Amino acid sequence: MTQHDRESSPSMHETRLLDKQDFQKLVDLLWDQGYRVLGPTVSQAAIVFGEIRAIDDLPRGWTDEQSGGEYRLKRREDDAWFGFVVGPHSPKQHFFPSRVTVVAADRDGDAWRMRDVPDDEPPVALLGVRACDLAAIAVQDRTFMHARYSDPIYRRRREQALIIAVNCTQAASTCFCTSMNTGPRCSSGFDLALTELPDCFTVEVGSPQGAALAALLPTRPADPQALRQAEIARQHAVDDISKQLDTNDLRDLLLNNLEHPRWSEVATRCLSCTNCTMVCPTCFCSSVKEVSDLDVEHVERVREWDTCFNWDFSYLNGGVVRDQIRSRYRQWLTHKLASWVDQFGVSGCVGCGRCITWCPVGIDLTEEVAAIRETPV
Amino acid sequence: MSALASAAIADNPWLAASVRIADVVTEFAGVATYYLQFDEPARATSYGYAPGQFNMLYVPGVGEIAISISGGLASREGLAHTVRVAGNVTQSLARLGKGDSLALRGPYGSAWPLDETRDADIVLVAGGIGLAPLRAVVEARLDGPSPRASTTLLYGARSPDVLLYDREFAGWTGRGLHLQCTVDRPHRLWVGHVGAVPLLVDRLSGIAPANCALFLCGPEVMMRYSVRSALARGVRKEQIWVSLERNMQCAVGLCGHCQLGPAFVCQDGPVFRYDKIEPYLDVEDL
Repeated sequence: MTQHDRESSPSMHETRLLDKQDFQKLVDLLWDQGYRVLGPTVSQAAIVFGEIRAIDDLPRGWTDEQSGGEYRLKRREDDAWFGFVVGPHSPKQHFFPSRVTVVAADRDGDAWRMRDVPDDEPPVALLGVRACDLAAIAVQDRTFMHARYSDPIYRRRREQALIIAVNCTQAASTCFCTSMNTGPRCSSGFDLALTELPDCFTVEVGSPQGAALAALLPTRPADPQALRQAEIARQHAVDDISKQLDTNDLRDLLLNNLEHPRWSEVATRCLSCTNCTMVCPTCFCSSVKEVSDLDVEHVERVREWDTCFNWDFSYLNGGVVRDQIRSRYRQWLTHKLASWVDQFGVSGCVGCGRCITWCPVGIDLTEEVAAIRETPV
Repeated sequence: MSALASAAIADNPWLAASVRIADVVTEFAGVATYYLQFDEPARATSYGYAPGQFNMLYVPGVGEIAISISGGLASREGLAHTVRVAGNVTQSLARLGKGDSLALRGPYGSAWPLDETRDADIVLVAGGIGLAPLRAVVEARLDGPSPRASTTLLYGARSPDVLLYDREFAGWTGRGLHLQCTVDRPHRLWVGHVGAVPLLVDRLSGIAPANCALFLCGPEVMMRYSVRSALARGVRKEQIWVSLERNMQCAVGLCGHCQLGPAFVCQDGPVFRYDKIEPYLDVEDL
């Protein structure tokens, strides 16, 4: 390393440039440092998180078209590497796995002994996290790492993870992060944040770990022209966003309209299929199941994602509290947009639009809120 | 168990401590009270709870269930848990007996405001096995230093043979408890009231509304009408506490099952001051 290189090592909040031809070095470096690199890949006709070992694993030249109940992959006219928005996966999959053993019990003579089952998942580097998902991670941090109790699996995975964000340069028709003040610009919660330009990435340093990583990459100082280009690219995403959710007084609006006729109306369309909660990057409900060997000497307690749309989620004393789809949809929407604020101090919605795209009948929560706002009871 | 293992219990909310059934008392058909003692002596001395709180009882291979603590000391006779057979876990519990092993974690949740209401006349309003989380209140009130205020229990059950803890009633009244029982279906020897619990609230006398507190636990419809009666008789909402029941799985606010409006019943409850939860109590299917 020359004296000049050392002087130009990146510092916090500095923006540098990384040529696309050097991007593989970033991926290699992460694997060398012991991270499992997860990023966007094309699989099952969608862009989902998968292992990234080479830049060829990225969905280069692909984009997504999204609207209510619809998601399609399309070839781009250019060769952009990150020319799409969010797919059905989110960082939630990794930090809050859909199925994981939380504790085990063994029969020891005539007694039961419980034991911890340590999570041995290697540290991950999440590549390509968008601003809405950075916000979603911050929302889930409040759920799983709160003061009185924290989830050991979530906490460990979260603390070990490295986050390399990518700024959106376009938006889907379902995106409304500007309404939720979560994007599209990545402003915090990342180690590095990239903005894609035709031949290079701007690299913004967001943490000491990010600075250390950037220092090992062949970056160069960002010239004003590149910075301007990046700003224009990011502005494209802002200009692209068409959907809006009026959040003014939203908590009180919903909690004061628990008997609004709209809940019955939306229940005629909602299939209670649970898709919205599965793709939501903040939904956190779960159930724990018993998995034992045949003679019930060893038992594992396995936590799986559950959802308020499942009929027996509110099981109580031989019945269920939320027997109707009306009450289940109401629970989801009022929790997400209203009571979440009471519980965690923030909205549970980050405006990613996944619940709209992946709803098989295209129910759009922004339209449901607008309908209630139009005729409050 | 080593200090390290104890620390792990604090780290992993799912780790329950081994307990043994010290005694089982059959209350009536389908309802029994289990006295549970920790296998590890250190847990028995460090464990403390406040009346109104609950434990998660775990039958390995079957599952966990939230059961309120009905008195008892971990370091003596054991922690009392009154359980009605309703689902898988309670059915498995019913097959266990004295000396059998299971696991317990807790205590969780909010408690009855005993300090705050020390000098108030307390009216306990219970229906069915809703008396379970109030039993420790009765004990705490009657055990305390010469009370300046009264304790009244208004208790209703379907029939005289399903009155919970009725073997203890004489002892309680002997130590100063004012007790009134009502049943829906009396038998020929029944000399108490007949009818719903709210009627007992309607007929209550000798209690100054300004200096009283109501603690309610039972079916939500019973609590709703009892509260209505109390409010009509000059009690303010801020003097009423209710204990609510919802599906609880994690007990630490992580699993989402027990929500009622903004409340996680497992953490913010099960005991709520009435004015804080009222807007959500009357909404059907919430």
